[in-house]
Amino acid sequence: MRTFLFLAIVVLSGTGGDIAATHAMKQIGEVKNFAPRALLGVLRRVLQSGWMWLGIGLMALAFFSFLALLSWAKVSFVVPATAANYVAGALGAKFLLKERVGKTRWAGMLLVAAGVALVCTAR
Amino acid sequence: MTSSRKPRAKTFPLLILVPLFSSLGNVLLGKGMHGTGEIQHLSFATLAVYLPKILSSVWIWLGISSLLLFFVCYLLVLSWADYSYVLPVMATGYVLAPLLAHLLLGEVVPGTRWVGAAFIFLGVAVVGRTPPTTTRRG
Repeated sequence: MRTFLFLAIVVLSGTGGDIAATHAMKQIGEVKNFAPRALLGVLRRVLQSGWMWLGIGLMALAFFSFLALLSWAKVSFVVPATAANYVAGALGAKFLLKERVGKTRWAGMLLVAAGVALVCTAR
Repeated sequence: MTSSRKPRAKTFPLLILVPLFSSLGNVLLGKGMHGTGEIQHLSFATLAVYLPKILSSVWIWLGISSLLLFFVCYLLVLSWADYSYVLPVMATGYVLAPLLAHLLLGEVVPGTRWVGAAFIFLGVAVVGRTPPTTTRRG
């Protein structure tokens, strides 16, 4: 039970962190100029974004929960199970970021999730 | 759909760099941590012993630099591309690791892992057929 609770925290906070960071970057707007001075300007706006800090906090929570989970659960279970990130990510992108996740993208996403699970369970 | 065509030119180079820096960073961190020796139990006392060792490792700093570069490229690409587009492409890192282990270190990679890698490649190819950006920004 504790394992599944922590796995849920890892997947949900990891995905939530990515979604918040993506939202922050979309608010900042498309980066078109890659000159060092322009990139420093982007960095300044990134550091001022509340969504970015929320994202970083959630990513840190996911990372430390992952470490905690690994202290008692088997790596061979935990790592393939994080393939659930792809499903959670697609749902978050569709419903929170309002991205158009069509059938093709869903199919690709599920193939990737299956592939990640297979790669990580291989002995 | 036509509005999404323009960003492709800068999307692809970044989408190659993102999993590359991420895998490289993890490999470098792994090399650095193996050099410091196995940490038996985690406590503030052991942390006080290991932290200076960890922070004096060149590999650890190279790993951290690589992961920072990963994060910068990741955020840059997310400033225009969909999260649901970038996320599956990042999984190519799972393919890179066994491939590098096989080619550079001569490690024997089990068959199931190659099947998984094929699934990931196929999935990324399918997602790559969709437009990178589907949201309109102000």
